[in-house]
Amino acid sequence: MTDTSTNTGEMDPYAALQDKEPPKAPRNQWLDVWDQFKKHKGAVLGGGFLMFITLAVLLGPYIWNVDPQKLDIRNKDVRPIWTAIWDSSAKTLWHRPFGTDNLGRDILANMIAGGRASMAVGWTAMLLSLSIGTAIGVAAGYFKRLDGLLMRMTDLFLCLPILPLLLVAVTLFRQPLRANFGPEGGMFILIVVIVGLTSWMQTARIVRGEILALKEREFILAARSIGTSSGAIIRRHLLPNVVSPIMVSATLGLAVAIITESALSFLGVGFPSDFPTWGKMLADAVPRMEQYPERVLLPGIAISLTVLGVNYLGDGLRDALDPRIRGR
Amino acid sequence: MLTFTIRRLFFSIPTLLFISIVIFGLLQMAPGDPMAQVPLTVPPEVKQKMREALGLGAPVHIQYLKWLNQFFIVEPQFLIDWMTRSSFLFGWLPDTQLGMVYDVELEKLVPQQRNISWQTRSPIMDIVIQRIPQTLWVVGLAYLVGILISLPIGVYSAYRHYSIFDQTGTFITMVGFSIPPFFTGPLLIVIFSVTLGWLPSIYDTTHVVKDWASFKYQLSQMILPVMVLALQTTAQISRYMRASMLDNLNQDYVRTARAKGLKEGVVVMVHVLRNSMIPVITVIALGVPSIFGGAIITENVFGVNGIGQLLITALFANDIPMVMTITFIFAIMIVAFNLVADVLYGVLDPRIRYD
Repeated sequence: MTDTSTNTGEMDPYAALQDKEPPKAPRNQWLDVWDQFKKHKGAVLGGGFLMFITLAVLLGPYIWNVDPQKLDIRNKDVRPIWTAIWDSSAKTLWHRPFGTDNLGRDILANMIAGGRASMAVGWTAMLLSLSIGTAIGVAAGYFKRLDGLLMRMTDLFLCLPILPLLLVAVTLFRQPLRANFGPEGGMFILIVVIVGLTSWMQTARIVRGEILALKEREFILAARSIGTSSGAIIRRHLLPNVVSPIMVSATLGLAVAIITESALSFLGVGFPSDFPTWGKMLADAVPRMEQYPERVLLPGIAISLTVLGVNYLGDGLRDALDPRIRGR
Repeated sequence: MLTFTIRRLFFSIPTLLFISIVIFGLLQMAPGDPMAQVPLTVPPEVKQKMREALGLGAPVHIQYLKWLNQFFIVEPQFLIDWMTRSSFLFGWLPDTQLGMVYDVELEKLVPQQRNISWQTRSPIMDIVIQRIPQTLWVVGLAYLVGILISLPIGVYSAYRHYSIFDQTGTFITMVGFSIPPFFTGPLLIVIFSVTLGWLPSIYDTTHVVKDWASFKYQLSQMILPVMVLALQTTAQISRYMRASMLDNLNQDYVRTARAKGLKEGVVVMVHVLRNSMIPVITVIALGVPSIFGGAIITENVFGVNGIGQLLITALFANDIPMVMTITFIFAIMIVAFNLVADVLYGVLDPRIRYD
C-alpha cells in the first residue's frame, strides 16, 4: 500500500493557517481514468483496433463499393494479391486484393459485409444482455423482497447448458421468425435475443453486489431522508456509481456475443447461406483450406483480433476504473 | 459440512427439474415430425397410430412425467443390469434384471419399453453410452494436459511478476483466451496435417489399439483435438493461478515463512502454492462442464464422434428425444460440478463454513 502522509521536514508554523489555493484546477475523474487507461498499452491497442474494425465495417462499403454477392465466375478462385510475392504464376488481380471465392465473389467486400453482421450482432446482443443484467441486478440489490427470487433465478439460468440450448433454440425457431421478419432479419433477431437472454447472469450478479454495498452508504440515506423516490435514487445515485463494473462486463459480453454468433454460423445454424458473416465464411472455407488457406485465415484472424482487442480493452478498463489501482 | 452437502444435494433437485422443464418446453415447440421419414404411401391414419405409439398423442404433462420416469427410473435400472451383466467392475455380481418385466402373453421376461431415438429406433442411452468414451478420452485428456501446463505457467508468472516470462505468458494466455476453437482447429490442421504432414486431420474412432504402431497412431490422432481444447483450458486456468498466487505472495505468512529461514522453494511450492490452489481447484471443477460444451465444436472440426457430435446430428435430424436427453446430461454435469466446486471450497478452506 502507498503511504499518503509525507514528511516535508521543517514546517513553517503558520503554513497550516494560510489559505492556499489548490495548485492546479481540480481534475475531472474521467481524465484520471484516461491517464490510467493510457498506461495499459494492450488496452489502447485493443480499443484502437476495435474502433478501426467498427469504422471499417461501417464506412467500408462506401469506400470499397463492390457488391459482396456479385458472382463473377470467370474470376473465381483468385488468390490474394500478396500471393504474387512468392508465387508469380498464381492467379491474382489488382482489383481483387483479397482474392475471390469459388463463385467469384470478392472476399474483401465479403469480409466487410461479414464484419458488419458480426459486429451488429455483437453490439446489439451485448446491449440487450447488459440491460437485462443491470435491471435484474439493480432490482435484486435494491428491493429486498425481490432479492431471493431474482438471485435464485440467476442461479438457475447459470446452470443451463448454454451452447446446446442455443443450438436447439436456433434450429427450432428459425422457420417462424424467418417467415415473419425475412431470412436475415429473423435470424438477426433470433441470435441477438438468444445470446442476450443467456448471457446476462454475470452482469446481474456483479451489479447486485455493488448495489448492496452502495445502498448502505450515507449519501443514499441522505437522498432518502430528503424524500427522493426509489426510482430517482436508482437513476441519479446508484446507476452512475455502478457504471464501471457495467462497462467491464460490457466488453466481456461483446467478446462472448461475437464468438457465439461465429460459432453458430460455423456449425451451420446461423444466418442464411447467401448472407456472409465471419463465422460462416470460415466454415465455408474449411473444406478447401488445403488449396486456399487464406480464406480460413482472413475471417479467423478478423474474429480473433477483434475478440483479443475487446478482451484487452476490458482488462485496461478494469484497471483504469478501479480507484484502488488508479494513480499507482 | 455434511449437512451443507446434503442441503445442496436437495437444492439441486428443483434446479434440475426447472432445467428439464425449460428444455422440454423448448422442444415441445419444435416443428419436427417423427413421421417425416415414413413413405408417403402410408395412409395418414396409420401414421397417426404410429405417432400415438411413440407417445405423442398424450397430453403435454403426461409426456413430461413419462420422460422423467424414463430418465430417472427406467434407465438407471438398465444401467445396473448392464453393470452386473457385462461390466468389468461388477460383472461377478448376480445378474439383477431390474429392467425386465414379466410379460403375461409370452410368459417370459421381456425388457421394458425404453426411450428411443427417432433416428435409429434404438434406445437413446445405449447410443449415448457408446459415444461417451470418445468424448471422455479427448476432452478429459485435453483438460488434464491443460491443467498440467497451466499450473506451472501461472506459478512462475506470478513469482516473476512483470518479468519477460510473465509478460509473454500473459499475452499468450490472452491470445489463447480470444481465439475461438473453430479457428484454432482448422489453423492447426493447415499447419500440422496439410503443410507439415505430421498428424492426421481426422480422428478415426474405429481405430483399435492392439500393438505399438497402432498405439502411436492413436496418440498422433489425439494430439490435434487435445491441443485445441487444452489451449482454452490453459489460457483460463493459468490466469486464475497467476492472480491467486499474486494475492498470496504478499501475505504476512509468506514473510513469516521466509523469516524463519525456510528455503525459497519450500515457501513458494508448499506454503504459497497450497493456499493459492484453493480458488483454482474450484475453477477447475467449474470448468469441466463448459469444456464439454466447447467440445461440441472441436468434435465437429476433427470428426470425433463423441456426444457433442451426436447432439449436432440429432438436431439436424429433428431427433427430439435424443436432443432432450443429451442437453439434459449436459445440465446434470453443470449442476453436479457446481456442487463439487462448492463442497471442495468448503473442505479445502477451513475459514469458509457454510453452516
